[in-house]
Amino acid sequence: MKIHEYQAKDILRRYGTPLLKGRVAYSVEEAVNVARDMGGSVWVVKAQIHAGGRGKGGGVKVVKSIDDVRASAERILGMQLVTHQTGPEGKKVNQLLVEEGCLIDHEYYLACLLDRETGRLCMMGSYDGGMDIEEVAHKHPGRIIKEWFDAAEGLQGFQARRLALRMGIPAKLVNKAGALILAVARCYIEEDASLVEINPLVTTKEGGVIALDAKMTFDDNAMFRHTVTESLRDLTEEVPEETEAKKYDLSYIKLEGNIGCMVNGAGLAMSTMDIIKLHGGNPANFLDVGGGASKERVTAAFKLILSDRNVKGVLINIFGGIMKCDVIAEGVIAAAKEINLKVPVVARLEGTNVEKGRKLLDESGLRIQSATDLTDAAKKIVAAVK
Amino acid sequence: MSIFVNKSTRVICQGITGNHGAFHSARCIEYGTNFVGGVTPGKGGQVFDKDPAGNVIKRPDGSQAMLPIFNTVAEAVEQVGADASMIFVPPPLAADAILEAADAGVKLAICITEGIPVMDMVRVRKLLREKYPNTRLIGPNCPGVITPGECKIGIMPGHIHKPGNIGIVSRSGTLTYEAVHQVTNAGMGQSTCVGIGGDPVNGTNFIDVLAAFNADPKTEAVIMIGEIGGSAEEDAARWIARNMHKPVAAFIAGRTAPPGKRMGHAGAIISGGKGTAEEKIKTLRECGITVAESPADLAKALLEAMGARH
Repeated sequence: MKIHEYQAKDILRRYGTPLLKGRVAYSVEEAVNVARDMGGSVWVVKAQIHAGGRGKGGGVKVVKSIDDVRASAERILGMQLVTHQTGPEGKKVNQLLVEEGCLIDHEYYLACLLDRETGRLCMMGSYDGGMDIEEVAHKHPGRIIKEWFDAAEGLQGFQARRLALRMGIPAKLVNKAGALILAVARCYIEEDASLVEINPLVTTKEGGVIALDAKMTFDDNAMFRHTVTESLRDLTEEVPEETEAKKYDLSYIKLEGNIGCMVNGAGLAMSTMDIIKLHGGNPANFLDVGGGASKERVTAAFKLILSDRNVKGVLINIFGGIMKCDVIAEGVIAAAKEINLKVPVVARLEGTNVEKGRKLLDESGLRIQSATDLTDAAKKIVAAVK
Repeated sequence: MSIFVNKSTRVICQGITGNHGAFHSARCIEYGTNFVGGVTPGKGGQVFDKDPAGNVIKRPDGSQAMLPIFNTVAEAVEQVGADASMIFVPPPLAADAILEAADAGVKLAICITEGIPVMDMVRVRKLLREKYPNTRLIGPNCPGVITPGECKIGIMPGHIHKPGNIGIVSRSGTLTYEAVHQVTNAGMGQSTCVGIGGDPVNGTNFIDVLAAFNADPKTEAVIMIGEIGGSAEEDAARWIARNMHKPVAAFIAGRTAPPGKRMGHAGAIISGGKGTAEEKIKTLRECGITVAESPADLAKALLEAMGARH
């Protein structure tokens, strides 16, 4: 689960992370009031969307008068902000963060994440902040510094200071930087985050060390113990079909193609997409109906798949396993009737009572063809949508 | 021979009175697994003798199963000599269940549960390494382990398996069944099939399983099924090139998966341009491993790999 920058900063502030003063605003008037209340002579108006690269896309403005706060807020609020992470259609800006300005001395990079290779947590820093860190990692891998730690002990103070120094933060600021890094590590563990990214972390002319930006994502599996965090979810930022899928405990991801997929198991669902592509088609979605594949779930899955107007046909691939194929076939037929299925469907069932299952499908009178194996299924559905 | 489990493995289920735990314990007993009991805190002293539908559970020899339920894993170890546990405990309590099994001295903990917080697994992994090095954890979020004809611990359909000489190791459930099905259809059977699970932090990785297959006299060749996310497949590929003296065929799921999206499994995500199927397939091929282009060609790739060695 992702949250907005202003929300991430509210959480980080609780852990003692040094931040600039600022507040969220949902209207131009509110933005102006926030700037007035804060006072000062420089403000930053920042679009709040769940994507990086906002500055380059025109979603972040540094301004020096209240009039310019108003002008920037008017321009940014409601715009379709396009960045390298939003796709060409962009994302609508519904809220702004108005912050005080500061005099930046240098921009660094800091992130806390899971290192899958070691199964440990990793604090990662670099002298090269403010830019795309993947590019830095690619061009100068030696300029990314790492410290590993475990969830029970947490990051140690000496590790945080060592990281700060190796990142190139001036020695006179090492205690401030170390404290900030420790706060991020604590926050990461206690909030069950999957990523905390501070890009940039800045040193200022006044001798401060500040988290200028903040990005935070959470482990969905841990949200049962963070009900407050869960309430920060911004549904306007999520794909509506994917939100709908979660209600039925289905795992669905929308893609660009025209062949809908309904599969049991994540690995088999990915492979089904792959084999469609291998035979010249394009999958419209990833969908895991789960182990049961009951009538109710198949119906919900059908509705979801067909809500995508690009879908011209559906491939069902169920490896029966413990559930019998004739039972699954009955579920598919009942679901197809209930939703008044119009597009061609190819179903590949495998497992116990497979012959009975195929016969039921073929004799259903619906536009459902049965397939004998995976390749046959892929070829049939690709031909059917042409 | 086989790896990890065989007919003398003494199995319990943690969470045996839950719906899933009861259902799958019954299927394992019917398969012939040497099931010796179950654990549900607060239900010690009861007897497990029916599946959730209320049916009596019969072993392959026709005898009716009547298994003791214990309050703790330690009691199950002491009283019925459990040495393997199938864990069906809900996600918030699953990490604790794994550690309870380890602390009781269970050698093999197989955690089926999906949805355990990553931070819990980071803690469990460290504790297992430091305090309980004699316990092997398989999973979480996995279908389990089966040695056909001897022992099934998990949710896989037993009947599609056939005793034989092919080892299978996979991050995915149904894709493993697909491999089993193809191997069986090709007239071969399986020595042991191990699902290592779809989570980013797990107990047993590809290399652990490959090393066990390498040392198992019955296993002649191996199918390894990976997917996008992380670099476990690349690590395994390099290990195979240096150490494996048996043919290996591989498949990687998720060539068409978009970056930045979690494809069902918590661990199946391409992040920062890392963990793509293409990258994995390239490394596997560089290490001399036969990689199937299509999920329909798993057995074909295996035969190719075996032919290349003979």
